[in-house]
Amino acid sequence: MTRIVIVGGGTGGTVLANRLADTLAPDLKRGDVEVTLVNDGPDQVYKPTFLYVPFGEATVEEARHPIVDLVDRTVDFRVDRVTEIDTDEKRLSLQRDGALEYDYLVLATGANLAPEEVPGLVEGGHHFYGAAGAERLRDALAEFEAGHLVLSVIGVPHMCPAAPVEFVLMADQWLRERGRREDVEITYTYPIQRIHGLAPVAEWAQPLFDERGIEAETFFNPESVDPDERVIETMEGTELAYDLLVAIPPHSGSPLVEAAGLGDGGWVAVDNRTLEAAHADGVYAIGDVADVPTSKAGSVAHYQAGAVADRLASQVRGQVPTAEYDGKTMCFVESGTDEAAFIEFSYERQPEPRDPNQYVHWGKLAYNEAYWLTARGLL
Amino acid sequence: MSESISPDVTVDSRGAACPGPLMDLIGKIKKADAGTVFELQTNDSSSSHDVPEWVEKAGHELLDVVEHGDEEYWSIFVETRE
Repeated sequence: MTRIVIVGGGTGGTVLANRLADTLAPDLKRGDVEVTLVNDGPDQVYKPTFLYVPFGEATVEEARHPIVDLVDRTVDFRVDRVTEIDTDEKRLSLQRDGALEYDYLVLATGANLAPEEVPGLVEGGHHFYGAAGAERLRDALAEFEAGHLVLSVIGVPHMCPAAPVEFVLMADQWLRERGRREDVEITYTYPIQRIHGLAPVAEWAQPLFDERGIEAETFFNPESVDPDERVIETMEGTELAYDLLVAIPPHSGSPLVEAAGLGDGGWVAVDNRTLEAAHADGVYAIGDVADVPTSKAGSVAHYQAGAVADRLASQVRGQVPTAEYDGKTMCFVESGTDEAAFIEFSYERQPEPRDPNQYVHWGKLAYNEAYWLTARGLL
Repeated sequence: MSESISPDVTVDSRGAACPGPLMDLIGKIKKADAGTVFELQTNDSSSSHDVPEWVEKAGHELLDVVEHGDEEYWSIFVETRE
């Protein structure tokens, strides 16, 4: 019997589990293959929802769904925490239930926030990348009548690459709608020489920033935050005072990955197309934890899961796997509270953002509602 | 000149498109002491201009940019300053 173990029940993990359950249905029925999904909690958290929480347009409860309702019944779903990966013995140590042996392992453990890497950021900054942070920011924004709102992109790469641009454009309109915009200055900062890593997105967003009076600081890499004086200090030697700081914190991969020698910083070193780990046999990585030169986004995890499901199905059947991931990434980009644009790109193809419109905005909201169908492998 | 530069840290960003190489370097420099010599290897042509621009703005020293024509990548040598 071939044992496939998936670690991580986010978008990548559940889409993969369901694709395998579908593709390998006869093999599962015969008992020739077993698919196990391990997650350190019972729920999946759909993080794109958190962007809307500070503006009162979504609740953190909407971002959460029991995994047991999302995965096919032929998948062995376990709530446990992996404490060690032994790629020589092909064995995982579990916190509650001993060990788990595998023939093929897929790591889909996501990315973690590491705001503590920047002194003062935990005390001085807000973020919208988790439930507690998004709710705290909602409360701070509700009371923010006047002053300097700074959105600082500190960690790159970070999850949902469009979100920082979306946040300031949404904040601009949200504040205008409440008659507060004239009393609030908005500044957006980015580490490199333009306002987004993807040049076409930077060229798309810059005129919107100019029209709406959103200031941009580039080559801006915060080294520390003084939460008492409310000042950001950068590696470039500049300082920026703020009244409300919303940061995209540094991200880190999985300590398990680092300890297993699978990649630096906890990101799994993989072949960009096959997604096979560079430093171990029978190991794949998908989603945010895979170190590939594209965005850390749910759509990436989704498409990667499809490619890895096909590769695993071939391997289980003794065939040579030929499916590959081509870098496909898809994002909706909000340009305010009632319009959005859409981008799609890959390793070989740059995005071509179009003018935002209300239909794409509705499309994004509809997709967020329908997302749980994606996790089930249906959409 | 590069023949005489022996980097303390080599950052291999070949295969990563902009801003990957620059962010890779910034991430490493953040955690380094002054006086550390880095070699950033990149095959992204825009990085060969963008990285020196950031190095100047951040007050570090650009030691050399070497183009390896036969292997189609650049080595950008940087020494960190306080």
